[in-house]
Amino acid sequence: MGRGGRLAIIGALFAVAVGLVVFTVMAFLRSSPPTVDFTAGHQAGAPVDLTLQTVGSIGTGIHPSWVSYLTQTPGGQWVHTTLWDLPAHTRINVTVHQYDGGSPLRNQQYGQVTGTIGDDAILNGKSFTVINANNGNGVAHTFAIPTLGISVPLYANNGNGNLCAVAPCPTNSPHNIVRFSFMTPGPGQYPWQCFLPCGLGYLYGNGGPMQTIGYMDGFLKVVA
Amino acid sequence: MAIDTRESVSAEHSGHTAPPVRPTRRRPGWLGPHLGRALVGAVGGYAFGHWIGNVIGSGYINVQGSGQNDVAIVLGLSIGVVGWLAGAGMLDYPLAKIAGREPLPPAPSKSWTRYLGPALDHKVIGLQYTVVVLLFFFTGGLLAMAIRTELLNPTSHVFGPGTYISVVSEHGTIMMMMASSIVIGPLGNWLVPLMIGSRRMAFPRVESFSLWIFAAGYLVILAALPLGGFPTGWTGYAPLQTQATGGMDAYLVGFAVIGIGMICAGFNLLATIINYRAPGMTWSRVPIFVWSVLATAALLTLATPTLVAAGLFGVLDRTAQTAFFVNEHGGSSYLWENLFWFFGHPEVYIMALPGFGIVAEIFPVFTRKPLFGYRIAAAGMIGVALLSFFVWQHHIFQSGINPDMRPLFMLTTELISIPTGFIFLNTMGTLWKAKIRYEVPMLFALAMGFNFLIGGISGVFLSDVPVNVTVHGSFFVLAHFHYTIMGGLVFAFFGGLYYWLPKMTGKMMDRRLGKWHFWAMFIFFNLTFLPLFLVGLLGQPRRVFEYAQNLQTLNDVSSVSAFFLGASFLIFVFNFVKSIFLEPKPAPPNPWNSLGLEWQTPTPVPAYNFARIPVVLADPYHYGTSDGQAVADLGPRTLSLAGVVAPAAGALDAQAVTGEEGSADPRPPIA
Amino acid sequence: MNGGGETHHFRRLGVIWAVLAVAFDLVYYFAIGPHVPPGTLTSTASGAQFDFNILFLVAFPVMAAVWVYWAYALIVWRGSKSDLAEPEGGPKSRGHLGIQVGWIATTTVIVLGVFVFGTVELIVPAGAGGGEGPSPIWTPTSHEVLPIQVIGQQWQFTYRYPTFGGFESRQLMVPAGTTIAFHVTSLDVIHSFWAYQLGVKADANPSVDNVAYTTTKQPGAFTVRCGELCGLWHGAMYNFGKVVPKAQFFVWAQSTEHRSAANTKNLPPFAYTYVPDANGANGGYYPDNVDPYSKVETYGATSPGK
Repeated sequence: MGRGGRLAIIGALFAVAVGLVVFTVMAFLRSSPPTVDFTAGHQAGAPVDLTLQTVGSIGTGIHPSWVSYLTQTPGGQWVHTTLWDLPAHTRINVTVHQYDGGSPLRNQQYGQVTGTIGDDAILNGKSFTVINANNGNGVAHTFAIPTLGISVPLYANNGNGNLCAVAPCPTNSPHNIVRFSFMTPGPGQYPWQCFLPCGLGYLYGNGGPMQTIGYMDGFLKVVA
Repeated sequence: MAIDTRESVSAEHSGHTAPPVRPTRRRPGWLGPHLGRALVGAVGGYAFGHWIGNVIGSGYINVQGSGQNDVAIVLGLSIGVVGWLAGAGMLDYPLAKIAGREPLPPAPSKSWTRYLGPALDHKVIGLQYTVVVLLFFFTGGLLAMAIRTELLNPTSHVFGPGTYISVVSEHGTIMMMMASSIVIGPLGNWLVPLMIGSRRMAFPRVESFSLWIFAAGYLVILAALPLGGFPTGWTGYAPLQTQATGGMDAYLVGFAVIGIGMICAGFNLLATIINYRAPGMTWSRVPIFVWSVLATAALLTLATPTLVAAGLFGVLDRTAQTAFFVNEHGGSSYLWENLFWFFGHPEVYIMALPGFGIVAEIFPVFTRKPLFGYRIAAAGMIGVALLSFFVWQHHIFQSGINPDMRPLFMLTTELISIPTGFIFLNTMGTLWKAKIRYEVPMLFALAMGFNFLIGGISGVFLSDVPVNVTVHGSFFVLAHFHYTIMGGLVFAFFGGLYYWLPKMTGKMMDRRLGKWHFWAMFIFFNLTFLPLFLVGLLGQPRRVFEYAQNLQTLNDVSSVSAFFLGASFLIFVFNFVKSIFLEPKPAPPNPWNSLGLEWQTPTPVPAYNFARIPVVLADPYHYGTSDGQAVADLGPRTLSLAGVVAPAAGALDAQAVTGEEGSADPRPPIA
Repeated sequence: MNGGGETHHFRRLGVIWAVLAVAFDLVYYFAIGPHVPPGTLTSTASGAQFDFNILFLVAFPVMAAVWVYWAYALIVWRGSKSDLAEPEGGPKSRGHLGIQVGWIATTTVIVLGVFVFGTVELIVPAGAGGGEGPSPIWTPTSHEVLPIQVIGQQWQFTYRYPTFGGFESRQLMVPAGTTIAFHVTSLDVIHSFWAYQLGVKADANPSVDNVAYTTTKQPGAFTVRCGELCGLWHGAMYNFGKVVPKAQFFVWAQSTEHRSAANTKNLPPFAYTYVPDANGANGGYYPDNVDPYSKVETYGATSPGK
């Protein structure tokens, strides 16, 4: 074989090897929870129902002790994810089934409801605007989209009750139902998170699930 | 290649009756120490350490809450490193000594497999180092391109934010680890003994140890990704560090492991340069590269222990719930910042000085002129090394530390630019009325000067506290240190590689491909990082995955250039593979017609470098003089000692001359 | 090519350098300088702009001196294939005392000048907008200073106005023509309050009150970004603030105070630092029962509510 041929074969093999390595690493790095699509078949102007649940420990997977949000698909399936495709400029009616116990907030500022339609939320059928996390059962989690100014505290269940520890939770476990609505803005990816330090076993309660997409953090992927 | 140690312990030398020595059996090749056995040891050690950690820590309250056992991870990584070292044969010698046996040296080998195992020849270790730093460098480079891919668009994302920060952190840490050894490891180990006329390093086993533990650091820091990554960047600020997931343990253990390697490499080079200079190699004749390695080695030896100690505090905070860095429990978040930067700023000069040394070494050869201001160059390097311990707080000007310290650290930071600037005095003086040959190494050296000037001057902006308020923590800083480390050190390193590879490998690199590599790297380096000064000044903080819409054009220019910059290294790899392996072109012993002592040896350089310890007669920079003076008396092959006037009185180390001369066996004892 | 006396080369180099340096500095000063970030919204922003510009005006001639010399050398003193004679070496080319002393003297003078300038510009404008820690030594001369507390937490800044009943807001509004003291602290890890157009940057450390001063000028908009890596959403930790006329500011402050009264009474009393429980919700990192320092204090609360 000539000089050019040999060089070409070596070069091609080298390129293939580098390509394989890069592909594998990228596939590993890009792995992420699934995205639930709420845009398919959506009628312009119609509101979208988004049903979530929060659970004290997910009970399965590689981090069974981690606290987490779950999302119900339009088909009624519970999926362990925090990523949603939502239509732009649309009213989103959120229902959260809150199965977790509570504690004070790190910053009571997040005890008030902001950014929702009507600046309030409905807890078990009763409207509220502020929860004092230092009293009662405390706050379990918050649902907050900082860049849109939206924040809703989710009232906790009594920690002495028999709380659900494996998701998805059965409806006979103690839980609160929090409802609120907000308008999606124009297209873009908007981070959302929980502001209650609920990462058990981590400094300030803010490690682990509090810093992992799919548990207490996610994106609203608003599409046109 | 064999380094036989038996003579050195024989009874007649030691003067009294030595106990009978039982030599160890030589194992079959595949059982002996080598890379494969090291990998097996690393995996086995990790599994064992992880198991012990689970036994110890699985009942801890935080472990039960989080499901994350840092004790197991730390012990797994640490014992994994020990397993790796044991597999690489690093423990064979001390263990055999403890057992009362006299270990056999590695089997003599001319085969390429000697590069896969422990070695006592500084030239083998130098090449092993070259491969490992290039592995570090290319891994970090791929991660850099991942970062630039994410930053192509201000709001839509390729990676999740957690993955992105892990990639950023991993890139920074790998590159910093790489940069602290990129010159010291490959070129320092390969060249220093040759340049000072020594047959070996002072502590060859420590030299080999520093290489293998450096390589272990690569595996440990890579392990951070599967362990969940870490969110702190290479600076690892606590208490975020204390809060982070399992990858953080890999960062802490990895830096400690690399740190131990840096300390070992540093004191070994110090001892070698101070004690193993050939007769006649006075301090005023030591090549400037050796001066730069001396200054760097001192920094490595003195600064790195702080990092190892700080890492230990971090590990304790994460595993034993101490509170060194947690304010609420009596610690201080400033403690890590101060400890880290007390190491971190000398580290910055660890990543600059060897580059100066290479450039100052290349300039005289390709201008055919003596180095201008040799003394001032050496003094400048020592001055930078000293001052570098007194500038660290400029990294934390806005942190809320005592404000009265700010003018002082502004002053020391700006003062350090004076000795740093000497490199420009040296190179500019050397260019005066020169005859410049535009060979590939010279192009890299010139580019280093161009880049480092931008990097250095932007450093003065950063040291100015009022301007620092705006640019601190922004892409301006990022551009600044990429200009000094990548534009300075990495350009100098590649210049050095093109310059010395003919001696190291005995093959000439392709000149045309080298020039292609140079121009691609130079142009796309500047196109990548110049826009980032502006991006930072316009308000983009470092390590963000979202940025302002109006900065997209500048970021995209940088990203696209970064891909081409990455591609330019493919030219280097291609050139390397082609010129060394596929179509080797034998290099003459002194292709650049240099006066350096290392070039006066035959190619390939024989074991033990010199048939007889050379007697150095002049410094290696007397270009352009008509007397044609040789740089050294290399023994009967070139000049005989008789008839040559001895250099400066007292310069001859009588013991070294008489001790080696006439010895029938050219092999010095290594014990 | 190598001919010509020393003075010949020096004169040519000097002329090229002087023309370039003066021309560039003039263009920079008049055309670019006024647009340099972070603008002129506050005293510290325009201070930073002024300092950056002065440094640039000094730096460019220095860089030009090196680059002009290099370019000149690379062209004029390039070797050629035909001319194999070595250039003149010898002791003379190994060092020139005057040049070396001159170089050191010049760089020292520049460096000391830059240092004196930087120190004056740091002290006179009360720390130049940088965080001065809990006990600032350079304080503003104005008698009317509006204190605003900046609370960093993972991953949003909130702002507390102690002079307006201590209400806390996620919006940052500041009045024009006012000296402001930002008291920056954190409830968890290290953040950095970087109000870009205000020319203010101060790290937010837990349990530390880091004070930074600035004086606003005209109304305008600004961006706050977190300037210190703080975890997952560091890149999303930003908000937009406004400098508004004083009257408008008072209207906003009083109405916000009124609107958030229900929540303000749940907040801990205003303090320069807060010591929340290092364990977060439900304990878990430090064993609660063996920790002598733990205050089980969640942002002022006394006990978890169950």
